[in-house]
Amino acid sequence: MKWTLSRKRGAPDGLWMKCTSCEAMVYRKVVEEQHQVCPECGFHFRLSAEQRVEYLLDEGSFDEMFTNLESTDPLGFKGKRSYKDKLKQAQENTGHREAAIFGVGTIGGKEVVFGMIDANFIMGSMGSVVGEKIARGAEEALKRKIPLIIVSGSGGGARMEEGILSLFQMAKSSAAIKRLQDAGGLYITVLTNATMGGSMASWAALGDISIAEPQALLGFAGPRVIAQTVRQELPPGFQTSEFLLERGFVDQVCHRKDLRARLISILRYCCKDMPAYRKAAVSRATSKINKEAAKEAAKEAHKAEAKANR
Amino acid sequence: MSGVDRLNVPEFERPIVELEMKLESRRMDLANEKDKQKAKDIQSEIEFLEKDVRKLTDSVFGNLDPWNRVQLSRHPSRPLTSDFVANIFDDFQELKGDRAYKDDPAILCGFGTIDGHKVMVLGHRKGKTLKERLECNFGCAHPEGYRKALRKMQMAEKFGLPIISFINTPGAYPGIEAEERGQSHAIAENIREMTGLKVPIITCTIGEGGSGGALGIGVGDRYLIMENSYYSVISPEGCAAILWHDAKKASDAARVLRLTPNDLIELGIMDEIVPEPYGGAHRDPRKAMEIVKTYLLKHLSELIKLPVNELLDQRYAKLRGMGKYIEVAA
Ligand SMILES: [Zn+2]
Repeated sequence: MKWTLSRKRGAPDGLWMKCTSCEAMVYRKVVEEQHQVCPECGFHFRLSAEQRVEYLLDEGSFDEMFTNLESTDPLGFKGKRSYKDKLKQAQENTGHREAAIFGVGTIGGKEVVFGMIDANFIMGSMGSVVGEKIARGAEEALKRKIPLIIVSGSGGGARMEEGILSLFQMAKSSAAIKRLQDAGGLYITVLTNATMGGSMASWAALGDISIAEPQALLGFAGPRVIAQTVRQELPPGFQTSEFLLERGFVDQVCHRKDLRARLISILRYCCKDMPAYRKAAVSRATSKINKEAAKEAAKEAHKAEAKANR
Repeated sequence: MSGVDRLNVPEFERPIVELEMKLESRRMDLANEKDKQKAKDIQSEIEFLEKDVRKLTDSVFGNLDPWNRVQLSRHPSRPLTSDFVANIFDDFQELKGDRAYKDDPAILCGFGTIDGHKVMVLGHRKGKTLKERLECNFGCAHPEGYRKALRKMQMAEKFGLPIISFINTPGAYPGIEAEERGQSHAIAENIREMTGLKVPIITCTIGEGGSGGALGIGVGDRYLIMENSYYSVISPEGCAAILWHDAKKASDAARVLRLTPNDLIELGIMDEIVPEPYGGAHRDPRKAMEIVKTYLLKHLSELIKLPVNELLDQRYAKLRGMGKYIEVAA
């Protein structure tokens, strides 16, 4: 399903807005120019899926796939609110069926499988549908021999309301990503606020290249759980993008406004407009003639061995 | 074992233990009783007590709710990974260290031989003594533990040794240093690599299957789980805290999460439940471990016959089928 985005979608009222992070009054137009970043403190506001596509992909290129997948309530989960209610509300709020949105589009003319996890949909948590779309996305990238780019926003981690099924989406998504990567495919993760728990400890951590938006909360255990466990105050900047960069777990921290350009550049390095010597090596490794030759050689060796044993 | 230790059991089991202790003390009385008539009386009392114990055990263990199973999975006398390694494997050679940071005792790895099959054994280690438990953070591994396990598993692949992994952890350690050293990345890499290791992998949950920390050494070709174990995306206490802001409602959360072995089979995650001796593994650990051994051997003998491609395709297909969703008309 092709996305056609109009720039004037539901623009909020008022010339000024208050930053939710530093509370400064900022000029809305400047925030928009910065791709929804506070000009005062650099806080990156949460994007809708539509905004993300608008900022990253070539205009009008995004063709959404797997749109018919919908979550059920496999456990009959009864919390304070039923899971079904939560799903319905999230669908109404975001206009999407699930937190994961995947499709094919181009970035700087380069075709990619592009996926994102919408943090506005039950905290971007991963249930069966999110796991399934990531797996299908990776399989699609493998089939088409194009890169996979996923923008995370999964502060909820694995979706509690789907219990063990959500936990094993970690393994399902990672398995498909491994097949893509083992075949020489490129997988880029863009980590945004927040990506935690089961999401961070599977597909979100596995990018060949990993770029984080500034000041995003990225980690395994939630800060509150850690504070309770270790009974001490957490160091400033703990579990932020910058913290991960310093410790070697992401390649770059990049302002949202520069993200598209960075991706275009990286795609240029990692995509298969291969130099001749690489091409030759790859074709040598995969050529049928070589395989046939190897088979013949094995047969010969076997014969020789049999002769020697006689 | 002292009387104090024996009463360190889940509340629902305590009446049984109390009755058993009474029974034992009457048996001692009988042994010391010289008067024939009195001895006869004690004997008949003992017979009544034996019947009572049996009846009580039947009623308690015949009606375990999900929370009771969680409590049993954490039972202080339940056999641990180290017990399994010591009792059902021969010639165990522990292999330590991740070659990068340090050795994490919370995960145990090594070569072992089970009924003549050479394998790589690994598992979460909770520790027996208080000192060990503290060293192992009660079975909560750090990134270096997961990296150690991966290193050993890759070596198993190199030498064609099947992998047997015992799952028993409340979860990966939630600490400052664990995050600094990349807990998410360590677990993610293990999960990814385990989906592709070219040797058979059998995972057996022997107690607690605590979310990502369990899955970090828990991907494989067969998923076995002991009868009184659980596997969950979040601890019942954690779930209760989120849902009702009250960790004490863990028993309600345990029900909601569908974390018992039967649930896990129904949901298409686990393959087989390993039965435990009457009244739970802690009542007869040796027997419990023997049963696990027969189940491991059954699956191992099936898996080692499969060509590698088929093994990996089946492993992938099983994972790809996990999850429940619908495909609506677009
Ligand atoms: Zn601000």
